[in-house]
Amino acid sequence: MISLILDEIQQKYSFRRKLPDLEITLGSTIVKRGFAHMTKHGVIMDVTNVEQAQIAEEAGAVAVMVLDKLPYDVRKQGGVARTASLKIIEDVMDHITIPVMAKCRIGHTYEARILEAIGVDMIDESEVLTPADELRHIWKWDFKTPFVNGARNLGEALRRIEEGAAMIRTKGEAGTGNVAEAIRHMRLMNNAISHVKAIYESGDMQELIRYARKLKANYKLLEEVGRIGRLPVVNFAAGGIATPADAAMMMNLGADGVFVGSGIFKSEDPLERAKAIVLAVTYHDDPEIVAEAQKMIDERKSMIGMDIKTLELRMQERGAHT
Amino acid sequence: MKIGILEIQGDIEEHYKATKAAINKLNIEGEVKLVKKQKDIEELDGLIIPGGESTVIGTILKQRGLLDLIKAKYEKGLCVWGTCAGLIVMAKKTYDRVVGEKPQPLLEILDVTVERNAYGRQNESFESDLSIPALGNRPFHAVFIRSPVIKKVGENVEVLAYLNDQPVAVQQGNALATTFHPELTYDTRFHEYFIKLCLKSK
Repeated sequence: MISLILDEIQQKYSFRRKLPDLEITLGSTIVKRGFAHMTKHGVIMDVTNVEQAQIAEEAGAVAVMVLDKLPYDVRKQGGVARTASLKIIEDVMDHITIPVMAKCRIGHTYEARILEAIGVDMIDESEVLTPADELRHIWKWDFKTPFVNGARNLGEALRRIEEGAAMIRTKGEAGTGNVAEAIRHMRLMNNAISHVKAIYESGDMQELIRYARKLKANYKLLEEVGRIGRLPVVNFAAGGIATPADAAMMMNLGADGVFVGSGIFKSEDPLERAKAIVLAVTYHDDPEIVAEAQKMIDERKSMIGMDIKTLELRMQERGAHT
Repeated sequence: MKIGILEIQGDIEEHYKATKAAINKLNIEGEVKLVKKQKDIEELDGLIIPGGESTVIGTILKQRGLLDLIKAKYEKGLCVWGTCAGLIVMAKKTYDRVVGEKPQPLLEILDVTVERNAYGRQNESFESDLSIPALGNRPFHAVFIRSPVIKKVGENVEVLAYLNDQPVAVQQGNALATTFHPELTYDTRFHEYFIKLCLKSK
Protein backbone atom coordinates (compact mmCIF):
# COMPACT_ATOMS: atom_id res chain seq x y z
CA MET A 1 0.00 0.00 0.00
CA ILE A 2 2.11 2.85 -1.31
CA SER A 3 1.26 6.11 -3.04
CA LEU A 4 1.28 5.95 -6.83
CA ILE A 5 0.59 9.66 -7.38
CA LEU A 6 1.78 10.93 -10.81
CA ASP A 7 2.01 7.36 -12.08
CA GLU A 8 0.45 8.65 -15.31
CA ILE A 9 3.78 10.30 -16.19
CA GLN A 10 5.72 7.10 -15.52
CA GLN A 11 3.28 5.11 -17.66
CA LYS A 12 4.64 6.86 -20.75
CA TYR A 13 8.06 5.39 -20.02
CA SER A 14 7.28 1.97 -18.61
CA PHE A 15 9.52 -0.81 -19.82
CA ARG A 16 7.65 -3.96 -20.81
CA ARG A 17 9.20 -7.30 -21.57
CA LYS A 18 7.66 -10.49 -22.91
CA LEU A 19 8.61 -13.74 -21.18
CA PRO A 20 7.56 -17.14 -22.59
CA ASP A 21 4.12 -17.18 -20.98
CA LEU A 22 3.61 -13.71 -19.54
CA GLU A 23 4.43 -10.02 -19.84
CA ILE A 24 6.31 -8.18 -17.11
CA THR A 25 6.79 -4.44 -16.49
CA LEU A 26 10.08 -3.03 -15.28
CA GLY A 27 11.00 0.44 -14.05
CA SER A 28 7.41 1.33 -13.12
CA THR A 29 6.37 3.65 -10.29
CA ILE A 30 5.61 0.82 -7.87
CA VAL A 31 8.88 -0.95 -8.69
CA LYS A 32 10.96 2.22 -8.26
CA ARG A 33 9.22 3.63 -5.18
CA GLY A 34 8.87 0.09 -3.84
CA PHE A 35 12.65 -0.30 -3.86
CA ALA A 36 12.96 2.78 -1.65
CA HIS A 37 10.31 1.34 0.69
CA MET A 38 12.52 -1.74 1.20
CA THR A 39 15.31 0.44 2.60
CA LYS A 40 13.09 1.93 5.34
CA HIS A 41 14.31 1.80 8.95
CA GLY A 42 17.76 1.18 7.53
CA VAL A 43 21.11 2.91 7.28
CA ILE A 44 22.67 3.72 3.90
CA MET A 45 26.42 4.21 4.25
CA ASP A 46 28.84 6.20 2.07
CA VAL A 47 31.86 4.15 0.96
CA THR A 48 34.77 4.77 -1.40
CA ASN A 49 36.05 1.22 -1.97
CA VAL A 50 35.32 -2.51 -1.58
CA GLU A 51 36.89 -2.80 1.88
CA GLN A 52 34.63 -0.09 3.27
CA ALA A 53 31.61 -1.61 1.48
CA GLN A 54 32.29 -4.96 3.12
CA ILE A 55 32.58 -3.33 6.54
CA ALA A 56 29.26 -1.56 5.90
CA GLU A 57 27.56 -4.80 4.87
CA GLU A 58 28.92 -6.67 7.87
CA ALA A 59 27.72 -3.89 10.18
CA GLY A 60 24.15 -4.15 8.86
CA ALA A 61 23.93 -1.36 6.26
CA VAL A 62 20.78 -1.63 4.17
CA ALA A 63 22.69 -0.30 1.12
CA VAL A 64 25.94 1.47 0.31
CA MET A 65 26.52 4.69 -1.63
CA VAL A 66 29.74 4.67 -3.65
CA LEU A 67 31.59 7.98 -3.94
CA ASP A 68 34.94 9.06 -5.28
CA LYS A 69 35.59 11.05 -2.10
CA LEU A 70 33.66 11.28 1.15
CA PRO A 71 31.84 14.64 1.46
CA TYR A 72 34.34 15.78 4.13
CA ASP A 73 37.19 15.30 1.62
CA VAL A 74 35.23 16.92 -1.21
CA ARG A 75 34.98 19.98 1.03
CA LYS A 76 38.69 19.92 1.93
CA GLN A 77 40.07 19.31 -1.55
CA GLY A 78 37.79 21.60 -3.52
CA GLY A 79 37.80 21.41 -7.34
CA VAL A 80 35.09 19.67 -9.35
CA ALA A 81 33.54 16.61 -7.71
CA ARG A 82 32.20 14.05 -10.22
CA THR A 83 30.66 10.58 -10.18
CA ALA A 84 32.92 7.80 -8.83
CA SER A 85 35.10 5.51 -10.97
CA LEU A 86 32.87 2.95 -12.64
CA LYS A 87 35.45 0.24 -11.99
CA ILE A 88 35.23 0.83 -8.26
CA ILE A 89 31.42 0.82 -8.36
CA GLU A 90 31.42 -2.46 -10.31
CA ASP A 91 33.99 -3.93 -7.96
CA VAL A 92 31.72 -3.09 -5.01
CA MET A 93 28.70 -4.61 -6.82
CA ASP A 94 30.65 -7.86 -7.31
CA HIS A 95 31.57 -8.20 -3.65
CA ILE A 96 28.50 -7.42 -1.57
CA THR A 97 24.91 -8.68 -1.63
CA ILE A 98 23.11 -5.49 -0.50
CA PRO A 99 22.06 -2.71 -2.93
CA VAL A 100 24.72 -0.41 -4.34
CA MET A 101 23.90 3.24 -5.03
CA ALA A 102 26.06 5.93 -6.62
CA LYS A 103 25.95 9.69 -6.97
CA CYS A 104 25.81 11.77 -10.12
CA ARG A 105 25.98 15.56 -10.52
CA ILE A 106 22.78 17.59 -10.45
CA GLY A 107 21.43 17.86 -14.00
CA HIS A 108 24.10 15.55 -15.46
CA THR A 109 21.82 13.19 -17.38
CA TYR A 110 24.74 11.34 -18.91
CA GLU A 111 26.52 10.52 -15.68
CA ALA A 112 23.17 9.07 -14.63
CA ARG A 113 22.84 7.13 -17.90
CA ILE A 114 26.18 5.40 -17.38
CA LEU A 115 25.30 4.55 -13.79
CA GLU A 116 22.06 3.05 -15.09
CA ALA A 117 24.00 1.17 -17.78
CA ILE A 118 26.30 -0.55 -15.28
CA GLY A 119 23.28 -1.41 -13.13
CA VAL A 120 23.53 0.51 -9.86
CA ASP A 121 20.40 0.00 -7.78
CA MET A 122 19.66 3.68 -7.15
CA ILE A 123 21.12 6.98 -8.35
CA ASP A 124 21.58 9.92 -5.99
CA GLU A 125 21.42 13.19 -7.94
CA SER A 126 23.49 14.89 -5.32
CA GLU A 127 24.47 18.36 -4.23
CA VAL A 128 27.66 16.86 -2.76
CA LEU A 129 29.03 16.75 -6.31
CA THR A 130 29.51 19.90 -8.39
CA PRO A 131 26.24 20.75 -10.18
CA ALA A 132 26.40 20.28 -13.96
CA ASP A 133 23.24 22.19 -14.87
CA GLU A 134 22.35 25.35 -12.99
CA LEU A 135 18.79 25.45 -14.35
CA ARG A 136 17.52 21.90 -14.43
CA HIS A 137 17.65 18.64 -12.58
CA ILE A 138 17.53 15.33 -14.44
CA TRP A 139 14.16 14.25 -15.87
CA LYS A 140 14.07 11.00 -13.92
CA TRP A 141 10.90 9.35 -15.24
CA ASP A 142 12.57 7.97 -18.35
CA PHE A 143 15.14 6.01 -16.34
CA LYS A 144 14.60 2.43 -15.30
CA THR A 145 16.81 3.02 -12.26
CA PRO A 146 15.15 4.83 -9.33
CA PHE A 147 16.55 8.15 -8.07
CA VAL A 148 16.93 9.78 -4.68
CA ASN A 149 17.21 13.57 -4.39
CA GLY A 150 18.06 15.92 -1.55
CA ALA A 151 15.60 18.56 -0.35
CA ARG A 152 15.62 21.25 2.34
CA ASN A 153 11.89 21.77 2.49
CA LEU A 154 8.55 20.58 1.16
CA GLY A 155 8.58 22.68 -2.02
CA GLU A 156 11.97 21.37 -3.07
CA ALA A 157 10.96 17.78 -2.27
CA LEU A 158 7.79 18.03 -4.39
CA ARG A 159 9.68 19.58 -7.30
CA ARG A 160 12.05 16.61 -7.27
CA ILE A 161 9.19 14.10 -7.04
CA GLU A 162 7.50 15.85 -9.98
CA GLU A 163 10.70 15.19 -11.97
CA GLY A 164 10.50 11.52 -11.05
CA ALA A 165 12.46 11.08 -7.80
CA ALA A 166 11.43 7.82 -6.09
CA MET A 167 12.89 8.85 -2.75
CA ILE A 168 13.80 12.07 -0.92
CA ARG A 169 16.42 12.79 1.73
CA THR A 170 17.09 15.93 3.67
CA LYS A 171 20.14 17.76 2.40
CA GLY A 172 21.50 18.71 5.79
CA GLU A 173 25.05 19.96 5.33
CA ALA A 174 27.15 17.04 4.10
CA GLY A 175 30.67 16.42 5.31
CA THR A 176 30.39 18.56 8.42
CA GLY A 177 29.63 15.99 11.10
CA ASN A 178 27.07 18.54 12.24
CA VAL A 179 23.47 17.34 12.39
CA ALA A 180 21.93 20.78 12.91
CA GLU A 181 20.99 21.40 9.26
CA ALA A 182 19.43 17.95 8.81
CA ILE A 183 17.31 18.64 11.88
CA ARG A 184 16.34 22.05 10.53
CA HIS A 185 15.33 20.59 7.15
CA MET A 186 13.33 17.76 8.71
CA ARG A 187 11.48 20.21 10.95
CA LEU A 188 10.74 22.54 8.01
CA MET A 189 9.36 19.55 6.12
CA ASN A 190 7.24 18.34 9.04
CA ASN A 191 5.83 21.79 9.75
CA ALA A 192 4.90 22.34 6.13
CA ILE A 193 3.25 18.90 5.91
CA SER A 194 1.14 19.63 9.03
CA HIS A 195 0.11 22.93 7.47
CA VAL A 196 -0.90 21.27 4.18
CA LYS A 197 -2.82 18.58 6.03
CA ALA A 198 -4.76 21.20 7.97
CA ILE A 199 -5.67 23.08 4.77
CA TYR A 200 -6.66 19.85 3.04
CA GLU A 201 -8.87 18.81 5.92
CA SER A 202 -10.51 22.23 6.06
CA GLY A 203 -11.63 21.66 2.47
CA ASP A 204 -10.33 25.07 1.35
CA MET A 205 -8.90 23.99 -2.02
CA GLN A 206 -8.30 27.57 -3.12
CA GLU A 207 -5.92 28.00 -0.20
CA LEU A 208 -4.19 24.77 -1.21
CA ILE A 209 -3.69 26.18 -4.72
CA ARG A 210 -2.28 29.39 -3.25
CA TYR A 211 0.11 27.37 -1.10
CA ALA A 212 1.20 25.22 -4.08
CA ARG A 213 2.07 28.43 -5.96
CA LYS A 214 4.00 29.73 -2.99
CA LEU A 215 6.02 26.50 -2.73
CA LYS A 216 6.43 26.33 -6.54
CA ALA A 217 5.05 22.81 -6.22
CA ASN A 218 2.75 20.59 -8.26
CA TYR A 219 -0.83 20.92 -7.00
CA LYS A 220 -1.69 17.22 -7.34
CA LEU A 221 1.34 16.28 -5.27
CA LEU A 222 0.46 18.82 -2.61
CA GLU A 223 -3.08 17.49 -2.45
CA GLU A 224 -1.69 13.97 -1.97
CA VAL A 225 0.52 15.23 0.89
CA GLY A 226 -2.58 16.70 2.53
CA ARG A 227 -4.52 13.48 2.07
CA ILE A 228 -1.87 11.07 3.42
CA GLY A 229 -0.15 13.46 5.85
CA ARG A 230 3.38 12.70 4.68
CA LEU A 231 5.55 12.79 1.57
CA PRO A 232 4.24 10.35 -1.05
CA VAL A 233 7.71 8.76 -1.28
CA VAL A 234 10.17 7.49 1.32
CA ASN A 235 11.98 10.31 3.14
CA PHE A 236 15.40 9.72 4.71
CA ALA A 237 17.57 11.99 6.83
CA ALA A 238 21.04 12.88 5.57
CA GLY A 239 23.81 15.41 5.97
CA GLY A 240 25.94 15.61 9.11
CA ILE A 241 24.84 12.46 10.97
CA ALA A 242 27.85 11.18 12.95
CA THR A 243 26.68 9.27 16.04
CA PRO A 244 23.96 6.77 17.09
CA ALA A 245 22.24 9.57 18.99
CA ASP A 246 22.19 11.73 15.84
CA ALA A 247 20.59 8.88 13.90
CA ALA A 248 17.99 8.17 16.61
CA MET A 249 17.18 11.88 16.78
CA MET A 250 16.43 11.96 13.05
CA MET A 251 14.29 8.81 13.23
CA ASN A 252 12.28 10.30 16.06
CA LEU A 253 11.67 13.39 13.93
CA GLY A 254 9.94 11.09 11.47
CA ALA A 255 12.71 10.09 9.06
CA ASP A 256 12.11 6.75 7.34
CA GLY A 257 15.81 5.90 7.61
CA VAL A 258 19.22 7.60 7.53
CA PHE A 259 22.16 8.14 5.22
CA VAL A 260 25.52 8.37 6.94
CA GLY A 261 28.21 9.98 4.83
CA SER A 262 31.54 10.96 6.30
CA GLY A 263 30.36 10.10 9.82
CA ILE A 264 31.45 6.45 9.65
CA PHE A 265 34.61 6.28 7.58
CA LYS A 266 35.97 9.62 8.78
CA SER A 267 35.75 8.34 12.35
CA GLU A 268 38.43 6.20 13.95
CA ASP A 269 36.05 3.37 14.85
CA PRO A 270 34.12 2.71 11.61
CA LEU A 271 32.94 -0.90 12.15
CA GLU A 272 31.75 -0.38 15.71
CA ARG A 273 30.19 2.96 14.82
CA ALA A 274 28.39 1.53 11.80
CA LYS A 275 26.96 -1.31 13.91
CA ALA A 276 25.97 1.14 16.64
CA ILE A 277 24.14 3.44 14.21
CA VAL A 278 22.21 0.49 12.73
CA LEU A 279 21.11 -0.57 16.21
CA ALA A 280 20.14 3.00 17.13
CA VAL A 281 18.00 3.36 14.00
CA THR A 282 16.03 0.15 14.64
CA TYR A 283 15.45 0.91 18.33
CA HIS A 284 15.34 4.71 17.98
CA ASP A 285 12.26 4.97 20.22
CA ASP A 286 13.97 3.18 23.13
CA PRO A 287 16.54 5.42 24.87
CA GLU A 288 18.04 2.48 26.78
CA ILE A 289 18.98 0.63 23.61
CA VAL A 290 20.16 3.85 21.93
CA ALA A 291 22.37 4.39 25.00
CA GLU A 292 23.68 0.86 24.54
CA ALA A 293 24.47 1.80 20.92
CA GLN A 294 26.11 5.05 21.97
CA LYS A 295 28.35 3.09 24.38
CA MET A 296 29.67 1.10 21.43
CA ILE A 297 31.41 4.22 20.12
CA ASP A 298 34.01 6.53 21.62
CA GLU A 299 33.33 10.27 21.23
CA ARG A 300 37.08 10.87 21.00
CA LYS A 301 36.98 8.86 17.79
CA SER A 302 34.12 10.83 16.16
CA MET A 303 34.97 12.90 13.10
CA ILE A 304 35.85 16.52 13.83
CA GLY A 305 32.71 18.53 13.18
CA MET A 306 32.38 21.94 11.55
CA ASP A 307 30.31 24.94 12.51
CA ILE A 308 27.83 25.66 9.71
CA LYS A 309 28.21 29.46 10.08
CA THR A 310 31.89 29.46 9.12
CA LEU A 311 31.55 27.25 6.03
CA GLU A 312 32.79 28.65 2.73
CA LEU A 313 30.73 26.17 0.73
CA ARG A 314 27.11 25.46 1.57
CA MET A 315 26.31 22.38 -0.51
CA GLN A 316 22.63 22.59 0.43
CA GLU A 317 22.16 25.73 -1.71
CA ARG A 318 23.02 23.78 -4.85
CA GLY A 319 19.96 23.15 -7.02
CA ALA A 320 17.67 24.44 -4.28
CA HIS A 321 15.90 27.12 -6.28
CA THR A 322 15.07 25.24 -9.45
CA MET B 1 -6.01 -12.76 17.71
CA LYS B 2 -2.72 -10.91 17.60
CA ILE B 3 -0.60 -10.43 14.52
CA GLY B 4 2.85 -8.89 14.86
CA ILE B 5 4.79 -7.09 12.15
CA LEU B 6 8.51 -7.50 12.80
CA GLU B 7 9.68 -3.91 13.30
CA ILE B 8 13.38 -4.23 12.58
CA GLN B 9 13.89 -3.05 9.03
CA GLY B 10 11.96 -2.84 5.77
CA ASP B 11 8.46 -1.90 4.64
CA ILE B 12 6.91 -2.35 8.09
CA GLU B 13 4.14 0.28 7.83
CA GLU B 14 2.92 -1.12 4.50
CA HIS B 15 2.38 -4.55 6.09
CA TYR B 16 0.75 -2.91 9.10
CA LYS B 17 -1.78 -1.08 6.91
CA ALA B 18 -2.45 -4.10 4.69
CA THR B 19 -2.97 -6.40 7.69
CA LYS B 20 -5.38 -3.93 9.31
CA ALA B 21 -7.29 -3.65 6.02
CA ALA B 22 -7.44 -7.44 5.72
CA ILE B 23 -8.80 -7.79 9.28
CA ASN B 24 -11.51 -5.24 8.48
CA LYS B 25 -12.36 -7.03 5.29
CA LEU B 26 -12.69 -10.38 7.05
CA ASN B 27 -14.76 -8.62 9.68
CA ILE B 28 -13.04 -10.35 12.62
CA GLU B 29 -11.61 -9.24 15.94
CA GLY B 30 -7.89 -8.84 15.66
CA GLU B 31 -5.00 -6.70 16.78
CA VAL B 32 -1.96 -5.73 14.73
CA LYS B 33 1.24 -4.78 16.59
CA LEU B 34 4.70 -3.68 15.59
CA VAL B 35 7.12 -5.97 17.44
CA LYS B 36 10.87 -5.89 18.02
CA LYS B 37 11.33 -7.06 21.62
CA GLN B 38 11.19 -10.51 23.18
CA LYS B 39 8.15 -9.83 25.34
CA ASP B 40 6.14 -8.57 22.34
CA ILE B 41 6.80 -11.74 20.36
CA GLU B 42 5.79 -14.05 23.23
CA GLU B 43 2.11 -13.20 22.92
CA LEU B 44 1.58 -13.44 19.14
CA ASP B 45 -0.51 -15.80 17.00
CA GLY B 46 1.10 -14.69 13.77
CA LEU B 47 4.29 -12.90 12.78
CA ILE B 48 4.99 -11.14 9.48
CA ILE B 49 8.60 -10.53 8.45
CA PRO B 50 8.56 -7.65 5.96
CA GLY B 51 10.59 -7.02 2.86
CA GLY B 52 13.90 -5.23 3.29
CA GLU B 53 17.43 -6.53 3.52
CA SER B 54 17.72 -10.04 4.93
CA THR B 55 21.26 -9.42 6.20
CA VAL B 56 20.07 -6.50 8.33
CA ILE B 57 16.97 -8.26 9.69
CA GLY B 58 18.91 -11.47 10.46
CA THR B 59 21.81 -9.67 12.12
CA ILE B 60 19.56 -7.75 14.52
CA LEU B 61 17.35 -10.78 15.22
CA LYS B 62 20.44 -12.68 16.30
CA GLN B 63 21.96 -9.82 18.26
CA ARG B 64 18.76 -9.23 20.27
CA GLY B 65 18.17 -12.93 20.99
CA LEU B 66 15.04 -13.01 18.81
CA LEU B 67 16.22 -15.65 16.35
CA ASP B 68 15.97 -18.57 18.79
CA LEU B 69 12.80 -17.19 20.34
CA ILE B 70 10.92 -17.01 17.02
CA LYS B 71 12.20 -20.46 16.09
CA ALA B 72 10.94 -21.91 19.38
CA LYS B 73 7.59 -20.12 19.04
CA TYR B 74 7.25 -21.44 15.49
CA GLU B 75 7.79 -25.01 16.74
CA LYS B 76 4.92 -24.41 19.19
CA GLY B 77 2.49 -23.21 16.53
CA LEU B 78 3.25 -19.55 15.76
CA CYS B 79 2.37 -18.77 12.14
CA VAL B 80 5.13 -16.94 10.27
CA TRP B 81 4.93 -15.21 6.89
CA GLY B 82 7.97 -13.73 5.19
CA THR B 83 7.89 -11.52 2.10
CA CYS B 84 11.06 -11.35 0.01
CA ALA B 85 13.77 -10.62 2.63
CA GLY B 86 11.42 -12.26 5.16
CA LEU B 87 11.39 -15.42 3.05
CA ILE B 88 15.20 -15.42 2.97
CA VAL B 89 15.37 -15.06 6.77
CA MET B 90 13.00 -18.07 7.12
CA ALA B 91 14.92 -20.30 4.69
CA LYS B 92 17.14 -23.28 5.54
CA LYS B 93 19.76 -22.27 3.02
CA THR B 94 20.63 -19.22 0.92
CA TYR B 95 23.29 -18.03 -1.49
CA ASP B 96 23.71 -14.93 -3.65
CA ARG B 97 23.62 -15.11 -7.44
CA VAL B 98 26.84 -13.13 -7.85
CA VAL B 99 28.66 -13.32 -4.52
CA GLY B 100 27.83 -17.00 -3.85
CA GLU B 101 27.53 -18.56 -0.40
CA LYS B 102 27.92 -16.09 2.41
CA PRO B 103 27.02 -16.92 6.00
CA GLN B 104 24.09 -14.88 7.36
CA PRO B 105 21.87 -15.44 10.42
CA LEU B 106 18.68 -17.31 9.43
CA LEU B 107 15.65 -18.79 11.21
CA GLU B 108 16.01 -21.98 9.15
CA ILE B 109 12.34 -22.90 9.63
CA LEU B 110 11.35 -23.22 5.96
CA ASP B 111 12.74 -26.15 4.01
CA VAL B 112 13.80 -24.29 0.87
CA THR B 113 17.01 -23.20 -0.81
CA VAL B 114 16.89 -19.59 -1.93
CA GLU B 115 19.01 -17.75 -4.45
CA ARG B 116 19.28 -14.08 -3.49
CA ASN B 117 18.98 -11.31 -6.09
CA ALA B 118 18.23 -14.07 -8.56
CA TYR B 119 16.67 -11.94 -11.32
CA GLY B 120 19.49 -9.41 -11.13
CA ARG B 121 19.81 -5.95 -9.65
CA GLN B 122 17.10 -3.28 -9.22
CA ASN B 123 16.85 -2.60 -12.99
CA GLU B 124 15.50 -6.16 -13.31
CA SER B 125 12.81 -5.64 -10.65
CA PHE B 126 9.34 -6.01 -12.15
CA GLU B 127 5.60 -6.36 -11.68
CA SER B 128 3.40 -9.04 -13.20
CA ASP B 129 0.06 -10.81 -12.84
CA LEU B 130 0.21 -14.20 -11.13
CA SER B 131 -2.22 -17.05 -10.98
CA ILE B 132 -2.62 -18.14 -7.33
CA PRO B 133 -5.35 -20.81 -7.14
CA ALA B 134 -5.47 -20.63 -3.32
CA LEU B 135 -6.64 -16.99 -3.60
CA GLY B 136 -9.30 -17.62 -6.23
CA ASN B 137 -9.55 -17.10 -9.98
CA ARG B 138 -8.76 -13.40 -10.17
CA PRO B 139 -5.05 -12.90 -11.00
CA PHE B 140 -2.87 -11.45 -8.22
CA HIS B 141 -0.75 -8.48 -9.18
CA ALA B 142 2.71 -9.16 -7.77
CA VAL B 143 5.67 -6.80 -7.34
CA PHE B 144 9.15 -8.33 -7.35
CA ILE B 145 11.97 -6.13 -6.01
CA ARG B 146 15.52 -7.45 -6.25
CA SER B 147 13.67 -10.61 -5.57
CA PRO B 148 15.07 -14.00 -4.62
CA VAL B 149 14.12 -17.23 -6.38
CA ILE B 150 13.22 -20.45 -4.60
CA LYS B 151 15.55 -23.01 -6.16
CA LYS B 152 14.71 -26.12 -4.16
CA VAL B 153 11.73 -27.07 -1.99
CA GLY B 154 11.59 -29.83 0.63
CA GLU B 155 8.95 -32.56 0.43
CA ASN B 156 6.68 -30.94 3.04
CA VAL B 157 6.56 -27.67 1.18
CA GLU B 158 3.52 -26.89 -0.94
CA VAL B 159 3.92 -24.49 -3.86
CA LEU B 160 1.06 -21.93 -4.04
CA ALA B 161 2.24 -20.06 -7.13
CA TYR B 162 4.80 -20.27 -9.89
CA LEU B 163 6.33 -17.68 -12.18
CA ASN B 164 7.94 -19.20 -15.25
CA ASP B 165 8.07 -22.62 -13.59
CA GLN B 166 9.80 -21.32 -10.46
CA PRO B 167 8.00 -21.28 -7.10
CA VAL B 168 7.24 -17.73 -5.88
CA ALA B 169 4.78 -18.50 -3.05
CA VAL B 170 5.12 -21.52 -0.76
CA GLN B 171 3.60 -22.92 2.40
CA GLN B 172 4.88 -25.46 4.89
CA GLY B 173 2.34 -25.93 7.65
CA ASN B 174 2.31 -22.67 9.63
CA ALA B 175 5.04 -21.11 7.54
CA LEU B 176 4.13 -19.00 4.53
CA ALA B 177 6.57 -17.27 2.21
CA THR B 178 6.44 -15.15 -0.93
CA THR B 179 9.27 -13.81 -3.08
CA PHE B 180 7.08 -10.81 -3.97
CA HIS B 181 5.42 -7.99 -1.98
CA PRO B 182 1.61 -8.15 -1.52
CA GLU B 183 1.96 -5.28 1.01
CA LEU B 184 2.86 -2.78 -1.73
CA THR B 185 -0.47 -3.08 -3.56
CA TYR B 186 -4.06 -2.63 -2.39
CA ASP B 187 -5.03 -6.28 -2.92
CA THR B 188 -5.27 -7.75 0.60
CA ARG B 189 -6.07 -11.34 -0.37
CA PHE B 190 -2.67 -12.68 0.69
CA HIS B 191 -2.93 -10.96 4.06
CA GLU B 192 -6.41 -12.44 4.46
CA TYR B 193 -5.00 -15.87 3.61
CA PHE B 194 -2.35 -15.51 6.34
CA ILE B 195 -4.88 -14.31 8.92
CA LYS B 196 -7.10 -17.33 8.16
CA LEU B 197 -4.05 -19.55 8.65
CA CYS B 198 -3.45 -17.93 12.07
CA LEU B 199 -7.11 -18.43 13.00
CA LYS B 200 -6.96 -22.11 12.04
CA SER B 201 -3.84 -22.85 14.08
CA LYS B 202 -4.99 -20.88 17.12
